[in-house]
Amino acid sequence: MRASIPLGAIFDLNGPAEYVSWHFIQISVPNLVVIALMIVVFVAALLIPFPKREREP
Amino acid sequence: MWTTKVRERAVREMPPEKLLPDRQPSYVSSWIYVFGVVTIAAFVVVIASGVVLGMKGPEWWHLTGLGHFVNSMHLWAVEIFFFAMVVHLWGKFFMGAWRGGRGRTWVTGAVTFLVAIGAAFTGYVSQQNFDSQWIAFEAKDGLNAVGIGSFFNVANFGQMYTWHVILLPTVVVLLIVGHVLLVRRAGVVPPYAARLAKGADDE
Repeated sequence: MRASIPLGAIFDLNGPAEYVSWHFIQISVPNLVVIALMIVVFVAALLIPFPKREREP
Repeated sequence: MWTTKVRERAVREMPPEKLLPDRQPSYVSSWIYVFGVVTIAAFVVVIASGVVLGMKGPEWWHLTGLGHFVNSMHLWAVEIFFFAMVVHLWGKFFMGAWRGGRGRTWVTGAVTFLVAIGAAFTGYVSQQNFDSQWIAFEAKDGLNAVGIGSFFNVANFGQMYTWHVILLPTVVVLLIVGHVLLVRRAGVVPPYAARLAKGADDE
């Protein structure tokens, strides 16, 4: 029994995941989300400017 | 003496100013260069949380609140470890990071990735729950299919746990140390455009 609902409960991770099927490709939604996030982070890392450090004398 | 030879060679190959530099090339000022160190930072959390889990045991990580917390920390650190490592891998692939005599750096990184998959897999089958049983029996077919099924019993907790907490982490640690030393020795690979400029390949 839980006294309060933790933040992680927004996503129900206690059941089997939904699957996406496209031709011969079958992948779970969580895995697909992680791959999409990696692509987003990769592109963001290329585009977002890196903070400049003040030059040492 | 052999100790003198080893020391002299070590200092020659890995001079302190290269191991701990105070300056980096200007092209390193990009977010794409941070994912290697993010991977290592996540790995430190993986090891630290894993040590606690190992000291306390399965009953603790299944039945106590703190055990759940440390177990979750271990899992999510692994998620970040692989997430950052894949972005690092993509970045280095598109940079052609094996250029300029950096072949061994690339190979040690790639092998680290492969060994880390084994380390993570043996962790999943060491959970001591129905999930680990399901993963073990699904994986058994996979290991048989690639011809190495007879070397491992993935349903044997003791065997998988030994691979997970001693053998594979040791290999991953050694590979990461070697990888980082090679990065420091050869320097960070310059981007393609900078390589065209004269002398830009020299760090």
